[in-house]
Order: sequence, then C-alpha cells, then structure tokens
Amino acid sequence: MSLVNFTSREITCKIVYYGPGRSGKTTNLHYVYGRVPETRRGRMVSLATQTDRTLFFDFLPIDLGQISGFSTRFQLYTVPGQVYYNATRRLVLQGADGVVFVGDSQARQLDENLESLQNLQSNLLEHGVDVRTMPCVMQYNKQDLPPELILTPPELDDALNFRAVPSFAADALHGKGVFETLKGISELVLKRLAAGSPA
Amino acid sequence: MTSTLNPRFTFDTFVVGAANRLAVTAGRTVAENPGSAYNPLFIYSGSGLGKTHVLMAIGHAAKALAPQLNIEYLTLDEYVEAFHAAIAAGQGDAFRRRFQNVDALLVDDVQFLTNRKEMQAELLRLTEALQQAGHQIVLASDRPPAEIADLDERLISRFSGGLVVDIGIPDYETRVAILRRKSEERGSTFQPGVLETVAKNEFPNVRELMGALNRIVAYQAVNDTPINAETVRQLLGTTTVASPSVGSATVAAPAVASSTDEFSEFLTDVTVTVGKAVEAWRARVAEAVLRWEGEGYRTGRLEKLLDQETPAAVDEAIAAYVLDVDRLKALEAEVAALDPQAAGEKVFHDPDRMDEAESAAAKVRDGAAPPPGPSAAFPFDSYIAGPSNEVVLSAARDVIAKPGKKYNPLVVVGKSGLGKTHLLNAIGLELAKKKGAIVACLSTQGFVDELIAAIDGNRVDWWRARYRRATALLLDDIQLLAGKERTQEELFNLFNQFVDADRQLIFTAPAHPNTLEGLEERIISRLEGGLVAEVSEPDKELRRNALERSLKSQHVPMDVALLDYLADRPTDSVRSLTGIVQRVVEAAAAQDAPVNAGLARDVLEGSPSARRTTGLRTSGIVVSSAGGVRSREKMVWDWPASSDRVIEELR
Repeated sequence: MSLVNFTSREITCKIVYYGPGRSGKTTNLHYVYGRVPETRRGRMVSLATQTDRTLFFDFLPIDLGQISGFSTRFQLYTVPGQVYYNATRRLVLQGADGVVFVGDSQARQLDENLESLQNLQSNLLEHGVDVRTMPCVMQYNKQDLPPELILTPPELDDALNFRAVPSFAADALHGKGVFETLKGISELVLKRLAAGSPA
Repeated sequence: MTSTLNPRFTFDTFVVGAANRLAVTAGRTVAENPGSAYNPLFIYSGSGLGKTHVLMAIGHAAKALAPQLNIEYLTLDEYVEAFHAAIAAGQGDAFRRRFQNVDALLVDDVQFLTNRKEMQAELLRLTEALQQAGHQIVLASDRPPAEIADLDERLISRFSGGLVVDIGIPDYETRVAILRRKSEERGSTFQPGVLETVAKNEFPNVRELMGALNRIVAYQAVNDTPINAETVRQLLGTTTVASPSVGSATVAAPAVASSTDEFSEFLTDVTVTVGKAVEAWRARVAEAVLRWEGEGYRTGRLEKLLDQETPAAVDEAIAAYVLDVDRLKALEAEVAALDPQAAGEKVFHDPDRMDEAESAAAKVRDGAAPPPGPSAAFPFDSYIAGPSNEVVLSAARDVIAKPGKKYNPLVVVGKSGLGKTHLLNAIGLELAKKKGAIVACLSTQGFVDELIAAIDGNRVDWWRARYRRATALLLDDIQLLAGKERTQEELFNLFNQFVDADRQLIFTAPAHPNTLEGLEERIISRLEGGLVAEVSEPDKELRRNALERSLKSQHVPMDVALLDYLADRPTDSVRSLTGIVQRVVEAAAAQDAPVNAGLARDVLEGSPSARRTTGLRTSGIVVSSAGGVRSREKMVWDWPASSDRVIEELR
C-alpha cells in the first residue's frame, strides 16, 4: 500500500488500535470522533455485539484537508479484542501503517496485555511484516482507576514495552492522553514517509 | 507612466516606532512644507521596512493639505522608462518640462541608478531645477547615497545635502503594534497572547511579519476555532513540536486539555510533520530560491523544480546550483578586478547561463592580460657598468632591493643610445622576479596607444584596472607624453596611486624632466620629486667592457690590440660601439679574414680591401693600406679586359 501518492497528491494513513478486549480501543476512537469537526470526519462505522463489544471493527475516517498540497486522510481502525476474533484482527491489520497498542493498566490484566502483544506480533508476521519495522506506540489506558488496582506507566513500560516505543498514559473515557497517542503514532507514521519507505 | 499612490499607504496606517520615527517625522514635515523643510529628503532602509509606504504617505499628506499640488510618485525604473520613451518619441524637452513642473517628486528605488550614467545626469539636472524652483524631492533607496555604486559625486552631495534618514527594523513593541493594527484592518481577532507570540519572532522586515500574520489569519479562518499561542508557535515553527519521549519514560498527558483545541493541535502537529516529511524538499527549494533571489541571482532552475511533482535528487540540484553560484561569484570577483564594468553584467547572476558567464569571464581574462612587461632581451647582468653610469646603477640596485621605498620615482636621463632602455627593462626583469609582482614596462608611445585604443573600445575602466594591478610601472621615453593631455591625466592618477601604495615607478627621458616641453607642471614636479639620475657618455673602461662583451657574443677571438684600438675611438654611445663591432665582423666574414686591429682600421678608417668584391676581374694589383696610397679616387681599380675592348672596336 502506498502511503503517499505523489500523483494524486494524497496521503493516507491507516492506523490500527490493537489490544486486549475491553482495554478501551473503541473508547479512544469515540473520543477522537467527538473532537473532530463534523466537516472533517466521516461516519464512524461500528459493529458491536449486543453487549456492546466490538464485533467486527470500528472505522473512523478523518480528513485533515490539504496539507502542503496533499489531501491528507487518516483512517483509524480498532480490532475486536476478544481472542476468538483473530481472523478479523488479522484482516484489519492488513495494510496498516501504524499500530497503537492500547494496554489495560489494571494489574490483573497484565497477562491479557502480553497475550495480545504476542498475537499482534504473530498476525503481523502472517502479513510478512516484522513488528520491529512497524511504527508502533503504547497507550496505558485506565490510568484513572484507583492506584491500588493499576500498574504505573513505568511498571507497564517494564512489563510490556520491550521495544522502547513511545508510550502514553491515558484515560480514554475522559479523553486524557487520547490525542497525545494519536499525535505520537501519526508522527511515527509520517516520519517513515520522510525516510522514503512507505509500508 | 506615473504610479498612482496606493490609498492604503498613508501616515495613519503607518505604525511608528523608535526605528522609523525620524523618517516619519521628516516625512510629515516635508508633506506640510514641501520644498522648504528638507530638500531633498532621502529615505533609506532594507527591503520591506516601509520606504514606499512613507514615500506614498508623504504624497497623500501633501495632497490632503494642498489639493492643488502636482505630486508625482514613481520608481526609478518608471522614470527611466518614461525618459527613454520620451527620447524615442523626440519629446525629451516635454519630458523635462513635465517633471520640472512637479511640486513634489517622489522617486522610489533610487539605488537602481547604478551604472546608468545618462540617467544620473538627467536626474542631476532635474534635481537642480526642482531645488531652484523650490519644489520638493523625496527619494527612497535601499542604501544611503554614498553606497549606491557608481553614483556621480555631484548626485551624492546633492542627495546628502538635504536630510538622509533611515528606517530600521521594528522592535518588539512596534511589531506587536503593527500586528494589532493589521489584524484590526482585516477584522480578525485573536486570543490574547497570540499576536505577542508572533511578534516575538525577530522578523527581518515588516513584509515577513505580515506573511506570518496572514498565515495565522488563514489558519484561524479555516479551522473555525480560535488559534492559541501554542499553535502559533507550532505554525510558525518557532518551537519544536513536542514529541513523545522514546523509551521507558512515559509522557503524561497535560492535566487540563482544552477539548476544543485537541483536534486543531493534532492537525497542526500533523501539518508540521507532513511539511517536514513530504514537503521538506519543497521548503528547501523555496528557501534556496528566496536566499539566492535575495542575493540577486536568477533562480529559474530552482523554480522549475518546484513545478515538478517529485523531482529526483532535489538536494543534489540545490547543491549544484549553489556550486554554480559560487563559481559565478568567483568569476565576478575575478572579472571585477580586471574590468569593473564587465563585472556588472547580468550573466554573472544567472546560474542557468554558466557557459556564457565562463566565456564572458574568459574574454575579460584574455583581454586583461597583464600589462606589457619588461623585455627578456635585456637582463640585468648584461648591463655594462662603468664610472659613467655608476650613480644610475646603484640607484637601480636600491630600487630592486626596496621597490617603491627608496627612490620613487626613479627617472633615468641621458642621451639616446646610452642604455636607458636596457637599464629600464633590466630593472623591470629583476622586479618581476619578486613574488606576486606585476611589472608594467613599456614605451610611452605604447602606453599612449593603449589608452587611445581603450577610449576607442569604450573600456577605459578595464585599461585603468589593468595598470592599477601592476606593482611597478616603468615607462620608457616619458618625453613622448608631450601634448597627450589625457594620457598625462591618467598617468597623473596612476602616479599618485602608485606612490601612495609604495609601488615603484621608473621613467626614462632624454633630458632632465624640467627641461622637457609639453609636460604638465604637476607631472614634472612629481618626476623631479624622486631621483633623477643621469647616464653620461661611456668612459673608456665602459667602452672596453662593452666591446669585449660584444666581440665575445660574435665569437671573435680575443685580441687586445683590436680591443684597444676600438676602445680608443671616441664614441658617444654604447649603441654605436655595437654598430662598429658589427661592421668589423661582417667585413671580416666577407673577406674571410680574421678579425683583428688592422682589419678594423681598414673598415673604420677606409681601406681598399673593404670594397673588394669577388667575381670581378681586376688588374691584380693590390695596394696595401700600408703603402701610403690613401686616396681611392686616384687609383684605377678595375681594368677592362683587353679582348673585350678589341671586340668592341671591331664592331
């Protein structure tokens, strides 16, 4: 997939929010959706189960308009976190330009986080993508929970962030850290295009 | 032809600060009392600081106070164009009348007077006429009058005679004031702190400040949300975009995030990143274009790059361009030293015409071959010393040891044939051996001819530059300057420059300079000011030395008797000695006889053998020169053969 199309002067970034179930991926997208002016956002597609879990995926297109003569679009996707939707996850991951790993800060969710990370790695490999070359940031969500329930960002970094990618503490429900995360991943993705090697 | 005054450019719309207060005050005064306050008023400043604004504001203010006034605003280029058009139409007088009737003349961009002699003359005339009639002149330029290259002294003094004021770069407070005024004019309002943030950037001129304002106005209009100081900083690229820390350190989200701004901040962020990433080359090219355009170079090649979608090797193209510009600069500098006039040519500012620039430079280089140097035929060692030229020779040695320091100028006087030219060239050769020395050594006639050719070819500047580069000037037969007024003038100027710079001057003359006719007093007095050394007629010792060398050079075996005989003969110059040797040697060769004193005597004092030619039948009687018969007339040398006579008589 060509990230930057010089002929049609377009930049398209596909960013996938990955992570274990109930870590807050869709919440991230909802918050972003709420902050983007109507003229700039497309319809948010969300297929959810009756219990409001993401069944298929969420999709939020954002049109950033003309930037330096390029019409720039961001496509934000979430994957269903539940283990049994792996085929969907793999599908969504196809052609991703960047991944936001939304981790659950709760101490008891640490294993799920690790499992999901491993799943991300293997799914990327299925697409022939080395996780080390994929622009990726970590978001430690639910930092608003009582301190005794959660791990601190440094602890989570120690536990999950073994590639030392940029990490962000967040409270997606209230929007804290959401845009910082998005900025972080955008920057990584766009910097790759400076390096001239679109994924 | 004349530009109309832009209605926006009035004193009311001009933000006054410390840097421009004087200019504005002077402008207002002039507008209130045209022709009587400061006349002419000369305003200068860097580009984009408001010269044109003040100029037009003066026009508006003067018009408002006295509507009947005839006010003309125009740029120098327009003036030139109008003048040329008028001349072409045969309306030169009408043109002059038209401008002489103007009550206030406002001329912009006066710096373009450089290299326009005829316009300078025209403007000088106009300035004089207007000043006499009490009409106001206001001029604007990007530099003070004295720094406008090639500007006529009279114009400089006229321009500087009124008031010369400059407009500086606005300070922070003025910048804020300008931004407030301009955003008000546009009906844009900003959050507190936004304009101050913009103003914190030190813009080199107001135009760029306006550019920054335009950007934030446009940004705010597009985004429907008020811009804040942080966004401005990012938009103008004054701070680095806050990037998330890489590694284990976690970036804490700002505690209070204004929700409405999050998206625009994100957008700005992306814009900056995209700008850096995708369009970085564009920025680099644009930067290069701006920079080199500012320095006066044509940037067509770079602009073409911008038209392309994805040009290959942008940086290489820029680097190549910069290389070319550097080369042009080098060429221009080189040419400027050789021929100041040629250095102003446009090819030296157009990297797309490198070939032309190179060939133009080559042409100048060829033309600017160093001035004629001393002839290698006169080495110093071959100059024959003797008591008669001792003084001159020691002066010459001093000059060679310390050129320009001891005897400057050195004037060698003496009759023809005594070796003045030899000495001059010999000194020249010695001087030329010094490092970096450029010795101009030529006859005065050659000097005069060169100047005439230069005047004819309209390249006197080039000619002058050529001699000015010389480290020593040696002129033979200075008396030939007589009556050549222009050459004397040029020599006078050169003379002063050389003496000031301790560069050696040497002249030769047949007689003491103050006895030479047709030379200007100032030249004579300067020649007398150095050392006038006389070469007298060669003494016997010198003659002997000269002969010895001369004979040796003809490969004649040394013969003391011959040497004595020849050296004893009175002679008035070394040159005639050489002639004598030549005659003797040729005679010897013709007779196939050895060169000796006897033969020399025969040749020089008259001897029958010298006339004898082979192939003629003779009586066979050879009368020796020792035989006492000295008169050739009394001798019959060629007897006709008797058989010839018999046949003749039979007919």
